Amino acid sequence: MLLLIKYTLLYGIVLMLVALGGMFSERSGVINLALEGIMSVGALAGVLTLCILPQGMAPGLVVLISIVVSAVAGLVYSLLLGFSAITLKADQTIGGTALNMMATALAVVIVKVFNGSASAKLNYSNNAFLIDIPVGDDKLTINVFLFIGLIILLLAFLFLYKTKWGLRLRSCGEHPQAADSVGINVYRWRYIGVMFSGLLGGIGGFAYVIPSVSTWNFEVGVTGFGFLALAVMIFGQWKPINIFGAAMFFAVFKSLANIADSTFLAGLGLSKNVYDMMPFIASMIILVLFSKNSRAPKAEGIPYDKGKR
Amino acid sequence: MNNEYIIEMLNITKEFPGIRANDNVTLQLKKGEIHALLGENGAGKSTLMSILFGLYQPTSGIIKKNGVEVKINNPNDANALNIGMVHQHFKLVECFTVLENIILGVEPTAAGPFLSTKDARAKVMDLSQKYGLSVNPDALISDITVGMQQRTEILKMLYRDNDILIFDEPTAVLTPQEIEELMKIMKNLAKEGKSILFITHKLNEIMEVSDRCTILRKGKYMGTVDIANTNKEELSRLMVGRDVKFEVDKDEAKPKESVLKIKNMTVPSKVHKNNAVKNVSFNVRAGEIVCIAGIDGNGQTEFVHALTGLEKMSEGHIEFKGVDISHSSIRERSKSGMSHIPEDRHKHGLVLDYTLEQNMVLQRYWEPQFQKAGFIKNGAVRDYALKLIDQYDVRSGQGPVTTVRSMSGGNQQKAIIAREIDKDPDLLVAVQPTRGLDVGAIEYIHKQLVAQRDKGKAVLLVSLELEEVMNVSDRILVMYEGELVGQLDPKQITVQELGLYMAGAKRDEVPAEV
Repeated sequence: MLLLIKYTLLYGIVLMLVALGGMFSERSGVINLALEGIMSVGALAGVLTLCILPQGMAPGLVVLISIVVSAVAGLVYSLLLGFSAITLKADQTIGGTALNMMATALAVVIVKVFNGSASAKLNYSNNAFLIDIPVGDDKLTINVFLFIGLIILLLAFLFLYKTKWGLRLRSCGEHPQAADSVGINVYRWRYIGVMFSGLLGGIGGFAYVIPSVSTWNFEVGVTGFGFLALAVMIFGQWKPINIFGAAMFFAVFKSLANIADSTFLAGLGLSKNVYDMMPFIASMIILVLFSKNSRAPKAEGIPYDKGKR
Repeated sequence: MNNEYIIEMLNITKEFPGIRANDNVTLQLKKGEIHALLGENGAGKSTLMSILFGLYQPTSGIIKKNGVEVKINNPNDANALNIGMVHQHFKLVECFTVLENIILGVEPTAAGPFLSTKDARAKVMDLSQKYGLSVNPDALISDITVGMQQRTEILKMLYRDNDILIFDEPTAVLTPQEIEELMKIMKNLAKEGKSILFITHKLNEIMEVSDRCTILRKGKYMGTVDIANTNKEELSRLMVGRDVKFEVDKDEAKPKESVLKIKNMTVPSKVHKNNAVKNVSFNVRAGEIVCIAGIDGNGQTEFVHALTGLEKMSEGHIEFKGVDISHSSIRERSKSGMSHIPEDRHKHGLVLDYTLEQNMVLQRYWEPQFQKAGFIKNGAVRDYALKLIDQYDVRSGQGPVTTVRSMSGGNQQKAIIAREIDKDPDLLVAVQPTRGLDVGAIEYIHKQLVAQRDKGKAVLLVSLELEEVMNVSDRILVMYEGELVGQLDPKQITVQELGLYMAGAKRDEVPAEV
């Protein structure tokens, strides 16, 4: 049971962070399919930082620096999406897909150069990120991203609904012409939305790779978690609190795979692959059921052109 | 220095690639007046106002406020000069509340960026009282009427302390009663010292409410007149360049047997849970024009879709020339003699990126005269298209090979009308056939509808334009919230009375058969 909670919290926070990122982007009017790629880049940047930082450094500082680097890397990478989707008014789906393909390739090349060999794997220590909480005779291992995630959730909610910035960002995703007519710079707010998604996507990617294992093969990217986060965002109806709930829901399914061979589930005699498929099957079913009533931002996916009325 | 004018736009020229939208236009607005800007579609009214509002920059010419030259580079500049605009298509965020829409862009905050709406709410309520603009500040835009949406737009301007107010075709979407109310509001605003620019092509409204009127034709400045010293005829001559008939010439209708019988039609809505069309029954006879009148969104669209086969009915029957076509496909209905001039010519009427000749045979390419063994006979299509272009005077850049997208709205509509009428239908369903067209094209289309009737065909017209309803039809059916609420004779009722039916304030039983 503790294991299930541990993994649910771990994956749930990752999904929530990335889905919140997607939410900011889409609320501003830019469909962000590049979350998967942004996560890969964030994870790569964070892990490389861990490998490069000197051994004796204070753990807190290591944690702080590596998270900031992953966030910045995600942000920078997301600017490519912003540039193509906002400045060049390109098709956002194609732009996002291109970034996804490039991210994994980029990560593999960089890691191989870094390793000086044909291996795309990096080994690292994740002790600084983990915190053990004793529960009875056992212990529950959580990580720093849980706290970061909850703080970001609160901030995201306040930003979106309680500030003038949130009102402006949302108006750009719903009716950019209306926003423009009252003097709101639609391009700027869409860039801000996309940059938020890069920031959160970068941290999310790092948060996915770090706590559970101490070696990562960058050939697999982030194993489809970015797409799962998109499903979470839709299931969460582009609303922060709902996204939190949706993320935890999906995380339970994902966690089943991790605990499949060590708990009662092993007795069922099902292949581990069945559990691995679970979150994706769940997302398919949920999207079929919910996408019909979905309340997506109205203007998302449509490049804004000042000249057109 | 002459400060009689609060805003002056002097010798404004605006060129777009290939077109001169404004050609040396001058507009002078006095403080506290209601100044109408009149012109046909494409005359350059909206372009001129967009320049004043900072959406476009003029190619040449200057703008002065209170005699001082100003530069307006964007809507923020316009706002700083206290210029506000109610756009033809409202600029309101549907999932925001009225209050959120009003404060958007000039949000009041308490600590840092955090919103604080208490004072804003009080100010909005004050303004709404002062000018008689009743709104519910906490209602979502998607839930309120078009009239209230417009009041929200007006409050948006007043909240920003604008004193030069631009109204871009504000009455196009309103009922007669709402129009009257708007006129009152506009007069009120002018009395309080606001200066109003009022864009329209409806002469009656200009005569009723404005002090002066500036007229544009094809981008050129035709003059400014005092309304007190002019009349409708002079205005329309200035606008169109020739005398225009406002009445449609037609004889008494001579209706014959029923062609179309609709019994208890019910159509579910795609946007809400209720039915869009509720238990509608009526018939249309050969040799008459029956008009379905109503305010936009009262089920007319769904009704026509069900009639032409674009949507399914949940209940009811359609009998066409004695045959039950309730479950027939669109092509079967078309083949059996039903023509359809659709409401949205871009969505349902034309394939915009096809050529004119391809569009002309969209419903008929499979007929033996146009194809052999699955291959299109291009020569026959070309000849047919040339014939229609000639007969219906469809103007375009390259004739039959013109891409339809590049044609003007009026000529696109003419192309559809040519195609639909040339099929020699027994029933012509025309949905807002003159929407967005100028006076000349409207005249032409009305003539065609009457000609069909006089040939002994049945015509079912769906229209939102009151003048069209009153002038063209032989019998009016009013649709309100999906139900028929009145059958009226255009010769015996007034526009005001019709308006009451349209607004749901009055209703009678409608006989299923005439």
